[in-house]
This record gives sequence, structure tokens and C-alpha cells, in this order.
Amino acid sequence: MNILSNSRHAWILGAFCLVFALVLALTHQVAASDIEARAQEDRMRSLEQVLPADMHDNDILSDTLDLADGEGKPRTVFVARRGGAVSGAAFQVQSPGYAGPIRLMMGVQPDGRIIGVRVLAHKETPGLGDRIEVKKGDWILRFSGLSLDKPAERGWRVKKDGGDFDQFAGATITPRAVVRAVHEGLRFFAANRDRILASPAMLAKGETP
Amino acid sequence: MSERTDNYLRIARDGLWDNNGVFAMLLGMCPSMAMTTSATNGLGMGLATAVVMAASSLLVAVSRHWITQQIRIPVFILIVAAMVTLVDITMNAWMHELYKVLGLFIPLIVSNCLPLARLEAFAAKEPPLPAFLDGAFMGLGFTLALTLIGAVREILGAGTLFADASLLLGPGFHFMELRLLPATANVLVMVLPPGGFLVTGALIILKRAIDLRRGKAIQMAGAHCV
Repeated sequence: MNILSNSRHAWILGAFCLVFALVLALTHQVAASDIEARAQEDRMRSLEQVLPADMHDNDILSDTLDLADGEGKPRTVFVARRGGAVSGAAFQVQSPGYAGPIRLMMGVQPDGRIIGVRVLAHKETPGLGDRIEVKKGDWILRFSGLSLDKPAERGWRVKKDGGDFDQFAGATITPRAVVRAVHEGLRFFAANRDRILASPAMLAKGETP
Repeated sequence: MSERTDNYLRIARDGLWDNNGVFAMLLGMCPSMAMTTSATNGLGMGLATAVVMAASSLLVAVSRHWITQQIRIPVFILIVAAMVTLVDITMNAWMHELYKVLGLFIPLIVSNCLPLARLEAFAAKEPPLPAFLDGAFMGLGFTLALTLIGAVREILGAGTLFADASLLLGPGFHFMELRLLPATANVLVMVLPPGGFLVTGALIILKRAIDLRRGKAIQMAGAHCV
């Protein structure tokens, strides 16, 4: 009798698991394509901010180039073209911030000047370090137009370290990490500039030349 | 007033104030301190929790005759986790703007023991409607507490109130975003972790002082998890 009632509990628990597993699987099935579409839109939107739509006539999400960064890690470069010629490139850079890595997307013109930098993800202190987000402050806009020689090597630091960039009151580590990441991105672009400019256009699926 | 509506009012008052999840039962302390660096964050976390609590209370009450004593804890956890995952998937696919703001908080609801405590103490013994109301009002009380903690921390720590509320609630809510103190007059520690403990403690004292003044016995339920 006891064994029977024990197995009854197991059956009930199993039934609950089965029902909820089915419900979740079904929901996932229905939502999966929409979730993928939203993720694609998000990627596109973050790319559009550093490679404005009027700069390119190709599909930058599929026109990519896989290169290696200074440490040999793979880095995907999104190439913008207008009329077949490379008009810009965007790629992700990251650097350890106050709490975890800060991931940025930066766009660079063929001559090495920055089009724009945007934060993709970070875990910095709300109200302090999160002013690197464009919706919470315009600090990040300051990078537009800068390049490896503007400012010179010594200037690519926060003011506290003798450089050109403002830190925030109460947060130095966050802007320091962003400045370091952007500077590294510029050096990466300079080192790979020829390959990026010479890269053949990749066509989106279904597109004919 | 019929006994039934009286009972529902009691549920609402319990959830919102008398037996408030955070200020009286001291449950769900982890999200109430970690997620309340601003009033908007507290509101978002609270609302997401309220939805999950109302839905899982309803489900548990509906299936309460099949949930036997021995397997109730795994079943409760299963139901809360399934509801959280459902909310997570649904919002990601069809309320994406809101998801980008709240997405961070949603998985954390599983580790909040307030939903579990209400399922065990209330929903498992009651019919669906009162259970649903209990989940909803306990969730709203939780929202109230988190928004309050967030507001105090944000005012003292950043000088603003409901900053970025329009990101959570839509562009029509820009008017809520206030700057109360100049940017230089902040007590930074308030938005850092110690501020969470200080403000939560102070608000618990305040609630008890109010209850004492109104001549009520302090309700104190044991809290065994965070």
C-alpha cells in the first residue's frame, strides 16, 4: 500500500512536469522566429547608430569579415559599402569595467576617423557608470571624429591619468575602460585597414550581383 | 457588505500593507535590495513579480487537489519557474521594448521566495479567485515596497525620481521623470549596496512605527530565506 501511494506521488509530479514542459516547448516554438527577428532588429539598430543608413547601400549584417584582434581572438567586422566602395566598418570592442566587461560597437571611416561609439552591454553601477549609455548622457558622443592621431597617443586616457577624456564624478574606472577599448579598436582598424578596404563584397542570401 | 467582499478586502489590505511581503514578512529581501537603485527599477521588478505571482497562485489553486503534501514544494517551484519562463519568452517576442528594460529582472523572480511562500501559505488551501487575488495583491504590495525603497535611494543617491520611467512605461510618462536635488548633492552610498540595507531597514522601522501609532499589533512572520 505504501509503495503504491509513493509511486502515485511520482506519477503526479511527472504529469506536472510533462504538462509544463509541453506548454513551454509550444510557446518557445511559436515565439522562436519572432525572438530571432527582434534580435536581428536589435543588432541592426546598434549597427545603424555607428554606420548610418545613408552611408551604405549593402546589407551590413551579412557583409562581414572575420579577422583576429591583437590577442588573436576572432573579431567580426561589418563592412559598409556605397556603390561598391568601402565607406566604413563597424566592430565590437570590449574592456573590463568596474563590474564585468563593457561591450561597445564602434564605427570607423576608411580614413580611420571614428563615426560613432555605442555601448552594447555593461554591468556598471546605475547612476554612476551607466552614463556611458547614450540615453543617459552624451559623454560617449565625444568620440565621434577622433582618430589615432587626434588626440595623440598620450591623450587617449582619462584626465585623471593625464589624458584628454573626462571621467565622471564618482566613476573613473568605467570611462577609463571605454577609452582603452576604443583606442584598442582604432589600433585594430589601423592594423587591418588594408584587408578591410580590399575585402570583396559578400552578398546577402538570394541577392544577385 | 457580504462576507465574501469583506474577505477580498482583507486579502487586499494584507498584501498591500498589513502583511506586506517586504516590510512585514521580510521575504524577497534579495531583489528588494539588489534591484532598487532607482524607483523605475523597483517598479519594473515589482510588476514582473506581481504577474508571475498572480498567475502561479491561480494555477496552484486550480490544481490544489492533485498536489499532495509530499510533492508540493517541487510542484510549486516547477509552476513558478514555468510562469517565469513563459513571461520571459512572451515578452522577448512580443513586448520587446519592455523586455529590454525588464529582461534583466525576470529570471531573478524564480529565486525570490515570496511567491513560493504565498503558494504554500495561501494558494494551496484556497479556491482559485481568492488565491489569484492574494497573488496579485501580494505582488502589488511587493511592487509598492520596491518602488518606495527605490524612490528613497534614488532621491538621496542620485537626486532624481523615476529617471528613465519613460523607457519602462512608454514615452507618455516623461512627466514622471523629476530632478529633485542638484547633481552635486548626492549621497552616493545610497545607490550602492549598503544603501539598500539602510533604506530597507529605515522603511521597516517606519512601517512599524505607523502600525504602533494606529494601535495595531505588529505582524511578524518568520523569514527563513532571502
